[in-house]
Amino acid sequence: MVEVNLWSGLRRFTDGELVVTVEAKTVGQMLDALVTAYPALEPVIESGVSIAVDGEVITDAHHIAVKPDSEIFLLQQLKGG
Amino acid sequence: MALDEVKPVVETGESYDSNKEFKYVGTRPNRPDGLDKVTGRAKYGADHAVANMLHAAVLRSPHAHARIVKIDTSKAEAAEGVKAVVIGTDLPEGLTGGDLHLQENTLARDKVYYDGHAVAAVAATSALAAKDAVKLIEVEYELLPHVIDVDEAMKPDAPVIREGDQGPTVPEGMHPNVVNYMEFGHGDLEAGFAAADLVLENTFKTEATHQGYIEPHACVGQLGEDGKGEMWVCTQGQWFIRKMCAAVLGLEASNLRVTPSEIGGGFGGKTTIFSEAISLALSRKAGGRPVKLVMTRSEVLRATGPTASTSMDVKIGMKKDGTITAGSVEFRMQGGAWPDMAPTGMALNCAFASYDMPAVHHVGYDVLANRPKAAAYRAPGSPMAAFAVESLVDEMCRELKLDPIEVRMKNGAKEGTKASYGPTFKQIGLMQTLEAAKAHPNLQAELGPNQGRGVACGFWFNHGGETSVTLALGNDGTVTVSAGTPDIGGSRASVALMVAETLGIPYDHVRVNIVETGALGFNEPSHGSRATFATGKAAVESCNQAIKEMCRRAAKKWGIDEDAVEWKDGAAHPAGPNAGEFPPMTIKKIAQSMGRSGGPISGHHETTAGGVGESFGTHVVDVEVDPETGKTTILRYLVVQDAGRAIHPSYVEGQYQGGAAQGIGWALNEEYVYDDMGRLQNPVFLDYRVPVASDLPMIDTVIVEVPNPGHPYGVRGVGETGITPPLPAIANAIADATGCRMRHLPMTPVKVLKAIKERVNG
Amino acid sequence: MSNKIHVSTKVNGDEVEFLCDPRETLLDALRDRLNLTGAKEGCGTGDCGACSVTVDGRLVCSCLMLGAEAEGKEIATIEGMAEGGELHPLQRKFIEHAALQCGVCTPGILVAAKNLLEKNPDPTEEQVRYWLAGNLCRCTGYDKIIRAVMDAAEEMRGAA
Repeated sequence: MVEVNLWSGLRRFTDGELVVTVEAKTVGQMLDALVTAYPALEPVIESGVSIAVDGEVITDAHHIAVKPDSEIFLLQQLKGG
Repeated sequence: MALDEVKPVVETGESYDSNKEFKYVGTRPNRPDGLDKVTGRAKYGADHAVANMLHAAVLRSPHAHARIVKIDTSKAEAAEGVKAVVIGTDLPEGLTGGDLHLQENTLARDKVYYDGHAVAAVAATSALAAKDAVKLIEVEYELLPHVIDVDEAMKPDAPVIREGDQGPTVPEGMHPNVVNYMEFGHGDLEAGFAAADLVLENTFKTEATHQGYIEPHACVGQLGEDGKGEMWVCTQGQWFIRKMCAAVLGLEASNLRVTPSEIGGGFGGKTTIFSEAISLALSRKAGGRPVKLVMTRSEVLRATGPTASTSMDVKIGMKKDGTITAGSVEFRMQGGAWPDMAPTGMALNCAFASYDMPAVHHVGYDVLANRPKAAAYRAPGSPMAAFAVESLVDEMCRELKLDPIEVRMKNGAKEGTKASYGPTFKQIGLMQTLEAAKAHPNLQAELGPNQGRGVACGFWFNHGGETSVTLALGNDGTVTVSAGTPDIGGSRASVALMVAETLGIPYDHVRVNIVETGALGFNEPSHGSRATFATGKAAVESCNQAIKEMCRRAAKKWGIDEDAVEWKDGAAHPAGPNAGEFPPMTIKKIAQSMGRSGGPISGHHETTAGGVGESFGTHVVDVEVDPETGKTTILRYLVVQDAGRAIHPSYVEGQYQGGAAQGIGWALNEEYVYDDMGRLQNPVFLDYRVPVASDLPMIDTVIVEVPNPGHPYGVRGVGETGITPPLPAIANAIADATGCRMRHLPMTPVKVLKAIKERVNG
Repeated sequence: MSNKIHVSTKVNGDEVEFLCDPRETLLDALRDRLNLTGAKEGCGTGDCGACSVTVDGRLVCSCLMLGAEAEGKEIATIEGMAEGGELHPLQRKFIEHAALQCGVCTPGILVAAKNLLEKNPDPTEEQVRYWLAGNLCRCTGYDKIIRAVMDAAEEMRGAA
């Protein structure tokens, strides 16, 4: 199980929860599990999010491992220039 | 597959021993493409010509918002030398989302959304014939009301630009032009403000600016009836161009080969397509003849991707001793007439990133306007966010009579700080940049009348991204690296240095080529300050793979175990006295016999690179403001920034100086000026005024190195952070010099003079 | 009947000829008729200097001159700057000082700087900056460019 921190604007899709616990071993599984738990999150996640795992910001690298003690935050999607 | 059967690949948290002395890394050799670029031999986007080539010209909307009632291309089709004409309805239907937006921007379908929006294009036997023919196309428009300003576009009576593009998070009842909404934060905001001795809030605005690369977009596209084609194009990302052109035209991406030329600047503006797909569409219609399409400067300014204009509210609470207790922001940004282009989310993430704050709250709106489709511009969103927050922090420092550097050191983010956007920072170098700035001689320079000093910090996340690199050993012991990230800042030299270091061979024995899409696996563009980081990392892993194979060949020749061979100083050595007494086998020796010993030797590595390290910076600028004209002269400019490790210090300095110069232009002069019909008034370099050599002093740089444990050589991307502090640093310096707080960029002489006069007149 | 104009001119010391449309600029003619693509079109309005060449020793923006006006003139472009395979000191110093990043402004700046040093072998930093104010660079912030020009000037004065 991993703890995922969502941003406050997503509360309306998660019955007010800001921290959601799901079963996952990778970032990709974590995102899928979030959508399974709260289907209203799907359009937000589909349109793209970045994820910070233990302080490192990841975009698109869904194979990256997450552990029970990983610090995970969902963020606005990052693009560079 | 069951959950526990999936074997995740661990990429984060890798720690490399980065604190060593190096032989090649950190030196300043000549760059490999230097000779070509100083002799005019280097070939850029518009420098390519092929047999049977046609030339394109594009017809663009003169209206900010209109319905296309009718297009009559018959006269153009009959004109001298014309071989093909295309309009929006020639492109395939059925696209959705980002692909549809790209297609709509390529050629308008039933509506034009901004002044300069492409409506039709012609391919003819000469550029002049194409230009003449395009004028013969007749378009009937039905004008619609338009809106340019971000705050105006949110109002209930604003013209509706697009229907049905509102994102799922936008609150009920907001205008359809509001296409995205973000909200996040942590801590008790009310308690934070209550604990403050001073609470200030203000609104800051910035205007749209363009990346301003000197080379206009240019390509030669060729597409046959069989759907197979090629393109030569100046781009930051050939795989993105391939993917996007294929989507817009309904092609198989693998049937399109895209070759990147040398690129004359990008800064984010060349990570996407604007008119490139038009060259392919024209080519197909012209029976597969190649079509050259080169944008004019006014087309570049009108119809490529400037950055957003913004309207930002900031509120901060600070104690008398300089402790920041709480901060909140609301950012409203327009990214043109399409959703997902304004950098609002990233701006919010950056807003308080340099600070350790117990309570923060962020709200953001992404708004549509009748302006061109925005593109990334060097740390998208971060410069605007820094302008708002760092200006307000400075206002508070002045009011509380506190030193701006000391306040930033007191509240600065460090390892272990909970970032304003949520996660905990690992090793970062903000404090080190503040200390280095504080110790720099520029801080001791005496300031005279009408002169002032400003300080500001900046931040960018940096990026890893999909990367593929291949490395091949030549028979002479030299190494050729095939990389996919176009060289916009000297990354070929940096990659060569890292390969030389890893293999232990001279820098001159390493060739780095940037290759076309058919020659390598997928690569993301050179964006997000990732080229030296990610391509470098993959190149090092490729070296490691080749080293393993070379050691295996030596082991076989010596008849010893593979594990008993080590690689050192460009040669295979027996590892320790027990392995046997053999003279080292140099890379050249192994290469000369590789055909006989098993075959050619290569290494390759594909990854979505993790281990990214953030880059923080501190800028200090001294200005003089002429009280009679309002003109600001930059007297001294200091950039201090954390590079992790500077692989080639000259090119790191180059990024620092270049970012500062763009920031100076953005702060003082650059803006998109529109008339009341929504038409761009300054699409030429005379009036879109970027800094020239006589505007700037020498730009002093200090490279701070807090190595990034996620990269074999400690690299942090550096390209983007440099543009984030100048906007507020200069505003702060102007405030110091004049007592006037400028809250609306650019701080042109007219605006500054007005502020000075208002202040003098009370 | 073709409206093309026949032009005979000298470019980088070589006699050349080409046919051009009366509306073609010198920049178009150099790039498209003579395949000398070193001079670049950055703006087409004489504001960026990327198309800089010299005509009878005078620094001009080739986008502001017509191809037909080249008749009988002596034109020098970036391609002629290195003599017999030996780089001009300015070219060498630009590489040494890392005075280029994307390099697209470099040909124009080198031509302009060479012209300056021919007129004024010992310019101050300010004089170099004002002379080069007509050559836009978006990548470097001009710092290393100015250093390279000053360093080349010093070397050339020493060798003189």
